[in-house]
Amino acid sequence: MEFRERRDFVVIGGGLVGASIAWGLARAGVKPLVLDEGDLALRASRANFALVFMQGKGLGFPAYAIACKTAAERWPRFAAELEAETGIDVALRQLGGFSFCMSQAEMDQQGVARERIARETGGRAAKYQVLTRQETRERLPGIGASVAGSIFCAQDGHVNALRVFYALHKAMAARGCEYRAEHKVQSIEPTAEGFSIKGDWGEVQAGKVILAAGIANERLAPMVGLASPLKRDKGQVLVTEKCAPFFPYGSATICQGDEGGIKLGSSTEALSESILTNQSLTAVIARRAIQVFPRLAALNVVRTWTGFRVMPLDGFPIYDQSASAPGAFVASCHSGLGLAPNHAFELAPQILAGRLEAGFIAFTAGRFCVLQAH
Amino acid sequence: MFYKLIEPQESLTFTFDGKTLTAARGDSVAAALLAAGVAVFRHSAVAGEPRAPYCMMGVCFDCLVTIDGTANLQGCQVEVAEGMAVESQHGPRAVDGRVSE
Repeated sequence: MEFRERRDFVVIGGGLVGASIAWGLARAGVKPLVLDEGDLALRASRANFALVFMQGKGLGFPAYAIACKTAAERWPRFAAELEAETGIDVALRQLGGFSFCMSQAEMDQQGVARERIARETGGRAAKYQVLTRQETRERLPGIGASVAGSIFCAQDGHVNALRVFYALHKAMAARGCEYRAEHKVQSIEPTAEGFSIKGDWGEVQAGKVILAAGIANERLAPMVGLASPLKRDKGQVLVTEKCAPFFPYGSATICQGDEGGIKLGSSTEALSESILTNQSLTAVIARRAIQVFPRLAALNVVRTWTGFRVMPLDGFPIYDQSASAPGAFVASCHSGLGLAPNHAFELAPQILAGRLEAGFIAFTAGRFCVLQAH
Repeated sequence: MFYKLIEPQESLTFTFDGKTLTAARGDSVAAALLAAGVAVFRHSAVAGEPRAPYCMMGVCFDCLVTIDGTANLQGCQVEVAEGMAVESQHGPRAVDGRVSE
């Protein structure tokens, strides 16, 4: 007789998104199996800039702006529960975040975008303040002369992303989730009882399958009647030597971690497939950071890295359930860290209930059919 | 703990935390400190653990010291000089150079 391993729930992907969903499922009472690739996979979770940064998100997509604000509000509880279950302090610092503008034109453009988000969401997006050059300087005396102003959002901040990653894995293991690395999934086939998931390592049968495999979701989703169209988006990050706290806030371009290293970003490249950094770009990143805080020029950069964002075609998350293969779900998003509380506290229980509803129905991949018809 | 395999040709003096030490010309700061019997170069920025050089070739960043007022310099990558003031580091450097405390 042939033995086939069978699981009620299989999560494909063990990054921040997969681990958040698996932990959420475990909290709701089931023990999913998590299948992950090895260390050479394109892991967005390990190239993370570590921001909990919601301002300016969701232009033209109010449901996303609201989901971001909800996630920011849930972060303190998320961090507290992870610490309670694992003893790991993920160093959440939600002291606020700045978007620095280097010209009046940029200030005007940002201001218009924020007003539109506020209007589109009926005021339910994260609140923000537009700060003049002088007001920015009053809060941050060290800023450079070329900063024209900034936009501040009190809910923004940062966290130690590697510790979040570690804590999620520790918490899901403690709740009985089994994690298997070096288990790249080659195929998923809908069957009468669910799904047959196969790789070089063998086969496992699943009642329900959740695709949280980041960039690999694009390949896997069509196997279960779903879609996860992504665009290539490479980012490069510089990290300085550890130094005394100087900027406790979040910002998309400058973020000092709790241990003192300062991360500088954030570039975006659509054409590069190389995992290497290149100095023509890192030099621009460094120069911009020095324009914002001239004192940074004295620091040594000790590390640079690249990562590939999990970036849906229109930039907004994809949450979907399969119509043709019931029991298959997909979650693809860029902000796997920022949105982690939503994935654990809201998405996982809905997956367990078998149906995505309020909060997630606006994010189905059906929206791309319109785009692709053109 | 360490001793020189070759007798130094020329010596010089420098200070470590205010104490005058002798070194061979051409030595790195890290080699000079080890030869002088210094076992703890710094305390780490996050956990405050005692640290000393590990690789002596510019990779491990465990030999960080403050040299003539500039913090976080790799002792193994700087040649010791006459009159140089070397200080052990406690805590992280400040953004603009000096050690914070």
